[in-house]
Amino acid sequence: MRNPLSKTIVEIAPSGIRKFFDIVNEMDDPDVISLGVGEPDFDTPWHIRDEGIYSLEKGRTFYTSNTGLKDLKIEIANYMKRRQNITYDCDHEIIVTVGGSEAIDIAMRAMLDPGDEVLIPQPSYVSYEPCAILANGVPVIIELKAENEFRLTPEELEAAVTPKTKILVLPFPNNPTGSILTRSDLEKIAEIVIKYDLFVLSDEIYAELTYGEEPHVSIASLPGMQVRTILINGFSKAYAMTGWRLGYACGPREIVEQMVKIHQFAIMCAPTTSQYAAVEALKNGDKDVENMRAEYDRRRRYLLHRFREMGLSCFEPRGAFYLFPCVKELGMTSEEFAEKLLAEEKLAVVPGSAFGTGGEGFVRISYAYSLADLRKALDRIERFINRIRTEKE
Amino acid sequence: MREKILTFIEKNSRIDLKELAILLGVKEETVLRELEAMEEEHIICGYHTLINWEKTGIEKVTAMIEVRVTPQRGMGFDKVAERIYNYPEVESVYLISGGFDFMVTLEGKTLREVSQFVSEKLSPLDSILSTKTNFILKKYKDHGTIMAEPTKDERMKIAP
Repeated sequence: MRNPLSKTIVEIAPSGIRKFFDIVNEMDDPDVISLGVGEPDFDTPWHIRDEGIYSLEKGRTFYTSNTGLKDLKIEIANYMKRRQNITYDCDHEIIVTVGGSEAIDIAMRAMLDPGDEVLIPQPSYVSYEPCAILANGVPVIIELKAENEFRLTPEELEAAVTPKTKILVLPFPNNPTGSILTRSDLEKIAEIVIKYDLFVLSDEIYAELTYGEEPHVSIASLPGMQVRTILINGFSKAYAMTGWRLGYACGPREIVEQMVKIHQFAIMCAPTTSQYAAVEALKNGDKDVENMRAEYDRRRRYLLHRFREMGLSCFEPRGAFYLFPCVKELGMTSEEFAEKLLAEEKLAVVPGSAFGTGGEGFVRISYAYSLADLRKALDRIERFINRIRTEKE
Repeated sequence: MREKILTFIEKNSRIDLKELAILLGVKEETVLRELEAMEEEHIICGYHTLINWEKTGIEKVTAMIEVRVTPQRGMGFDKVAERIYNYPEVESVYLISGGFDFMVTLEGKTLREVSQFVSEKLSPLDSILSTKTNFILKKYKDHGTIMAEPTKDERMKIAP
């Protein structure tokens, strides 16, 4: 029999997270606490769930148009105007997708020709690199540095640009580091993007979860950038709606039109129930987001304080719901650290190396957990680290 | 600052000061000062515990009593309210708009105890026109807290 498989897909390494997921699952121990989850611990706010239920009761169980419910696209356009000060035409510049992750995939497919290079800053979410490969692109990794608090600097960007570079992926606020880019960071990046005639795939799924003075700024809102940016956002993180699988992309009409083609053939449309719920989220969910953000912010301060007390080096993250402490001083790789911590203290964290180059030596700590859980978990880490330090002496 | 403190301790008053200061990103002295001031000003009126008595096996009966009264000259409803709320058995007294005047909640050990209080103490008070006693059969949610067991974390242990 012939080999049934595609060489391209076989050569893509499985996600580094998967491996750790299997180890944790094999343990199957009720005492294991995990800080390894990349999704909110909150339930979707009730009024949003109720709207989903109501749509089912009403029998709204049909396909929507390929690009999504008109009402939802209007609300997305309103949101973009209200929160990011960007004007999108809801009929031609917005597509509702199955999570932000589908949007990443189809944006790359719509824009890349074989050999086009995609700049991917890492550590970052696990899907950019494989999606670029599946779209026949060539991923080029930019290693973000701890000393820059894992921000992308204009120098790093410019050094990575070649004549073949087409897309810059901009994953901020960042999973796993919690790093954000400020307006002035973005202005410098935009300058280079325009200079070299690049496009930006800006993954802003954590846009609502920033904790600084300045709210999130989208690169698409900067002069000359809207025509060069595919802005990706969704409902998973801001409204605690991960399981609803709903995201969207906003961008120039000519790109969105091609994305719609892929979407219509592969997906047809995003889940209808979720779309009705999402309309409610955008209309009446600001207060929920505010409350959840306040809670994340308290936890963020708590964890940062605990890590600093332990003397573990950790920069102050301003976005998402992760801390990214450095474990290099303990003389272990991040994978060794995570495995030993799991074995000895029954605490699961994700090794930074799972998020690509630059993540080695760090671990991702999620604070999408109740304060009570975090307290318990941090006590375990503290005990663990003290033991390792004593052993080393 | 006060709103931040109050929003947090309304749900969890047992948190220690040091930790509360960390969570809110302010100095411990600031939190302490504000708390003391708010206790002084009677903004913070107490630190109570929310108990699901049903699970203890200890018998408790709660009634919500709708009370219609004649307001007293010069005093309005306040004087009548005072005569009601001074009874230690009375859990809460609210002045209500609508079909009646006061909503009084009352806690007792048995049905008999509660009805005795209503018939012997509450109803005979001057200026009370009528009472309607509603016994609570089941408490689903109290002080913003759902009484049922919290759901387990069903998320996968590791996710990107």
